[in-house]
Amino acid sequence: MQSGDSKEVTREIVIPGDLLDSSGKRPGPGTYVEGGKIFAAQLGIKSIRSDTVGVVPLAGHYMPVRGDLVIGKIVDVSSSSWLVDINAPYPAPLHVNEVPWRVEFGETRKFMSVGDVLLLNVVGVDEVMRISVSMKDHGLRKLTGGMVLEVSPSKVPRVIGKNGSMIQMLKSATNCRVYVGQNGRIWIDGELDNIIKAVSAIKLIEDEAHNVGLTEKVKKLLEEQSRKGE
Amino acid sequence: MADLKRDHIAKLLTKGVRADGRKLDEQRPIKVETNYVRSAEGSARVQLGNTDVLVGVKMLVGTPFGDTPNSGVLTTNAELRPMASETFESGPPDQESIEIARVVDRGIREGHAVDMGKLCIEPGKEVWVMFVDVHALDYDGNLFDAANIGAMAALKTTIVPAKRAGKGEDYPLPIMHQPISLTTVKIGEHILVDPTHDEERVADARLTVTTIETGNICAMQKGHEGAFRLDEIFRIVDMSRKLGADVRSRI
Amino acid sequence: MGGTPTDIKLIDEKGLRVDGRRPDEMRPLRIEAGVLKRADGSAYVECGFNKILAAVYGPRECHPRHAQNPSRALVQCHYNMAAFSVDDRKRPGPDRRSQEISKITSEALTRVVFTEYFPRASIDVYIEVLQANAGTRCAGLTAASVALADAGIPMRDLVASCAAGKAADVVMVDLGKEEDNYGQADIPVGYVPRTDEIVLLQMDGDLTQEEFTKGVNMAVDGCKKVYQVQRDALKRRYQTRSLDVPVEAAQVAPQQGGA
Repeated sequence: MQSGDSKEVTREIVIPGDLLDSSGKRPGPGTYVEGGKIFAAQLGIKSIRSDTVGVVPLAGHYMPVRGDLVIGKIVDVSSSSWLVDINAPYPAPLHVNEVPWRVEFGETRKFMSVGDVLLLNVVGVDEVMRISVSMKDHGLRKLTGGMVLEVSPSKVPRVIGKNGSMIQMLKSATNCRVYVGQNGRIWIDGELDNIIKAVSAIKLIEDEAHNVGLTEKVKKLLEEQSRKGE
Repeated sequence: MADLKRDHIAKLLTKGVRADGRKLDEQRPIKVETNYVRSAEGSARVQLGNTDVLVGVKMLVGTPFGDTPNSGVLTTNAELRPMASETFESGPPDQESIEIARVVDRGIREGHAVDMGKLCIEPGKEVWVMFVDVHALDYDGNLFDAANIGAMAALKTTIVPAKRAGKGEDYPLPIMHQPISLTTVKIGEHILVDPTHDEERVADARLTVTTIETGNICAMQKGHEGAFRLDEIFRIVDMSRKLGADVRSRI
Repeated sequence: MGGTPTDIKLIDEKGLRVDGRRPDEMRPLRIEAGVLKRADGSAYVECGFNKILAAVYGPRECHPRHAQNPSRALVQCHYNMAAFSVDDRKRPGPDRRSQEISKITSEALTRVVFTEYFPRASIDVYIEVLQANAGTRCAGLTAASVALADAGIPMRDLVASCAAGKAADVVMVDLGKEEDNYGQADIPVGYVPRTDEIVLLQMDGDLTQEEFTKGVNMAVDGCKKVYQVQRDALKRRYQTRSLDVPVEAAQVAPQQGGA
């Protein structure tokens, strides 16, 4: 068995309760352990590494992880924080300490209000799933203009692609600014025709995420759309 | 997201397109399956784009209303089941479900879809009572039209259960007219036909117009907190006649 | 369960039932996963003449807030019969029977869902009976399990459900409408195949110990058959295409492995 990053591409769909391994491998995400055996916990595709076996889920809500880049929407404002919907089972409070401006108590509404769309970092998730987010890092900010598309979080890796290759192809073919949130929200800004092009490419990725030949299909769609525009 | 979405939708409209690629006066594909549940006397499942509605017609023998002793009775109910949308809550019908039920009912009643006189069993004593139940299963806007199309398709295939009630042989429900509704929304200066959920959410105003095959109007309902101009209303009535005839030919 | 009208023979001379089945034979069963667009997960079940739709939303914030459990998610099931699903129209709205079924279904599903991964949240399951012909609570639980898996909810296993009973003094599986109306006993069962556990059990009627033992075993066997159809439905949802695993699997699911 090779060491390092070797990964077996399986086409096996597994269902919660399916036995994945009883030979002592380490359990990866989407699994649970009982009696020394590893079982699937979610509907997904079995994935095997040299020493781990896990499940890549085919569906499911976004579960925030520290470090994730997410796109959120403000749903409520209090005197010292904004409450942000990040498409997770729980809303996340954004405290005045976590924004790049000095905000006096009670002045929160002067800076951002309900409906605003933000680019944020997940700074922490505690044991009772209380999520904290921040807008302090370089590049994080309120987003204006453009539009937001929502895809299933399980498709995000495909939208980004290996080493960002897919998202790069999309950006250069459409000349759009694109931010892909780990929470399945994608912000796109550019000329309207190009936005429409980017949206149809992302919808194609969402539909065909787990099928072979995805990259070629997307390339073809973008080239067709370019030809139409000429 | 409401502001960003509204801005984006408005920008698309200046180019004459909608988020799903439709033109402003284009309806979504309609799929109708009648006799969907055999427990009902008549039924139809309608898919209008991603909106999915099941309408069932139940009939039983009952007493007529005092002011219409020789006429059958019609009751329409709409259940916006929470399974259809995270925005629908469990509980007794809210204002939204009641409005949909009453508008569909108005179309059937004022459009004289059913020959209510023929539903009289014994004048003043016994008549057929019809229940039209609209059950929303999946929601992406425009429940008014989906429910109306479902109700008409269900009524057209309803069999009066006379045998089970000991009132003779079963017979098809007597249909006289076919009221079909068309719902449009106004976003800025644009009128959009058959709105999706997103379009309904950012709309200023909504207008449902129900017409019958003669071209006459039998029901109208304006919704939302915005306003229409008279010329817009006349344009919408024209569209309802035209598109209504098209839908009517398909059910 | 009263006396049988003289024109219905629940068991004929050949030992066959009203619809021609043998006592150990189940009604035709068909399951489709992922049938609704808006819900997070969904499933459609046809069992004999039953037509049942289940939809799942969640995990999401629990409302009302005072009902929140600080250490786990609540699995809240709402069973409802459409007005036109039965011969005598049912008045819309929850009745006591629906409330009871909602409760026991929620409890059955709670056993298999990893609720501890989602404190303070709610997983809402909606079961709508579109056409009823006896055994709707079993078909509903069967559909709900598939809908939960379809929604990507982490679970230990699916719950499969089937009923057995007695009619015309014969113990039989998967009662139809006439057998339910004019029979002598009904035993709905909810079963977790991997752990061989019973998570839903009711009984009403009149049975000897032997009849009950025979009946509950028939029901469990029926559940095992239902389970295969559930699994097949979930696999078919994605298997119509040729599959490829994403090169970088992002952590969109909690790291339960080893926890």
